[in-house]
Amino acid sequence: MEILTHPVWGPVILIGVFVVASVLGYIIIRKVPSLLHTPLMSGMNALSGVTVLGALIAGVAAYKTQSVVVLIIALVAAALAMVNVAGGFFVTHKMLRMFDKKGGNDKKEEEKE
Amino acid sequence: MTPIVYYILSAVLSALVLAGLAMESRVKLAVKGNLICVGVMGLAIILTLFSADTDLKTALLNPFLWGSIAVGGVAGVLWARKVKMIEMPQTVALLNGIGGLASALVGGLELAKAESSVFGAVTAALALVIGAVTFSGSLIAALKLSRKIDSRPKKFKGQGAVSALLLAAALAGIVLAGFGLRIPALLLTVVSATVFGVIFALRVGGADMPVAISLLNSFSGVAGAIAGMAIANVLLVAVGGIVGSSGLLLTQIMCRAMNRNLMDILLGKTVKVDKPAEKPAEEPAAETPSKTVEEEKAEAEAAPEKPEETAEETQAEEAPYALKDAKDVIIVPGYGMALSQAQQKVKELADKLEANGAKVRYAIHPVAGRMPGHMNVLLAEADVDYDVLFQLDEINDDFAKCDAVVVIGASDVMNPAAREAEGTPIYGMPILNVDAAPHVFVCNYDLKPGYAGVENPLYKRTNGIRLLLGDAKESLQTLIDEL
Repeated sequence: MEILTHPVWGPVILIGVFVVASVLGYIIIRKVPSLLHTPLMSGMNALSGVTVLGALIAGVAAYKTQSVVVLIIALVAAALAMVNVAGGFFVTHKMLRMFDKKGGNDKKEEEKE
Repeated sequence: MTPIVYYILSAVLSALVLAGLAMESRVKLAVKGNLICVGVMGLAIILTLFSADTDLKTALLNPFLWGSIAVGGVAGVLWARKVKMIEMPQTVALLNGIGGLASALVGGLELAKAESSVFGAVTAALALVIGAVTFSGSLIAALKLSRKIDSRPKKFKGQGAVSALLLAAALAGIVLAGFGLRIPALLLTVVSATVFGVIFALRVGGADMPVAISLLNSFSGVAGAIAGMAIANVLLVAVGGIVGSSGLLLTQIMCRAMNRNLMDILLGKTVKVDKPAEKPAEEPAAETPSKTVEEEKAEAEAAPEKPEETAEETQAEEAPYALKDAKDVIIVPGYGMALSQAQQKVKELADKLEANGAKVRYAIHPVAGRMPGHMNVLLAEADVDYDVLFQLDEINDDFAKCDAVVVIGASDVMNPAAREAEGTPIYGMPILNVDAAPHVFVCNYDLKPGYAGVENPLYKRTNGIRLLLGDAKESLQTLIDEL
């Protein structure tokens, strides 16, 4: 992974990946019906918790260098991001299951408790 | 793990995220799409832990990292389990804010690190700025949506100048980071971005809130991507980029649905309350802002508990039109339906009408409720088939042709004032042409203006309208009993 920390190629590749990902992301949901706007927004919200990866990398580095403060901050960041991820996916699933009536009814019952 | 394997796996995971989102934008595949995204996230965490740590043993056994993942994950699920459908908008806003905070922390850590490159420091500062704006902005949005603070747009003198100044300060902080002045950069960016987020969200109000949330959602993706640049992690950059851009597109789709310009919303051009002298009479709500909000709060609390307050007001001079004579009925749900949890009753009414030989359709305004698609979720909860839900442009011409319209807790989305009352928050927004219908049944709690704070002239119509005030559930029961 050395190339990504290269002073020139690193930024070029990272920005390139960002641009390509953005264009693809833009194309992919063009035709979303308004019925799915809320669950889709919620699903994307969960995905934005992907920043947990950054927190974990920072955490691993801090763990190795034994810097306690950094480790604690990284762990807090990871936990917060995971709240975003887990909570986000769960509420999305909850919403989507309501649209999926066939085969979803039995699960619905169990959720109502 | 060799870099090449890592890159290939990252590319595969990114492609799966795209596939998952594409599936989530189709009704039949949405559940599976979401599950794919869950799987990708799990694999991405494992992949990252193994690639970040060359020693497999520490990666597997690092109790701190796995512990924090578990704590966060369990907390998230426990919270999400308790959330009711009606609380969805503020929940999404709050979750989004938490994600933004996490990105800001990652950016801050990278910025404080002495050994990072110029590119690393600048992107870290940028991630910090966007993350902090997302955090404070989402927090305010969540507070506004849950009515913990006044939901009206807040403006003060020189707001534009202050915002510009804060942005300039944040930018200066990013530049400082580039020159290696890390700690001043850290402080400057944190403070300016957080305050900017607060001002930004306070300025947005009324019907624009869903758009603001969607935008903040997009921001949090971008914050993640930029944090990924700072720590040189391709997977983070790719997924963050996908979320950022698709979130932006969703925001645009919403703006289009409301006939609003994104820049206008961002710049707070929404409400032109600064020139109330022109038509004070049309905006009585603007004069008593706090009162209305209190009342609306009371409405939220009282609605489910006080059925006995159901007052009925029949305004038609001739014998009232009975719903049982209607053969073509359009139901218009709004946030009030969500408040009183009346969706089951709505379904009951629709079933009765159908048993009576009537054709029943639902007209869903793109911004009905507090989030796009909010009504669809609630109606789906009540087992309403989505084949009978119609979007604004599909059904708007049919209002004039139908026999009757039943409005449940909606005001702004069918407010004819949107066509003529220039300068109000909803001016120019496409509305459901409920006023074209020959007979309208309005099941609203009261005749107060809706979320946007604009009086609805439809209520003053003298014939062909029946106002059933009070809890929507009770009003609907009245209609059901009459059938």
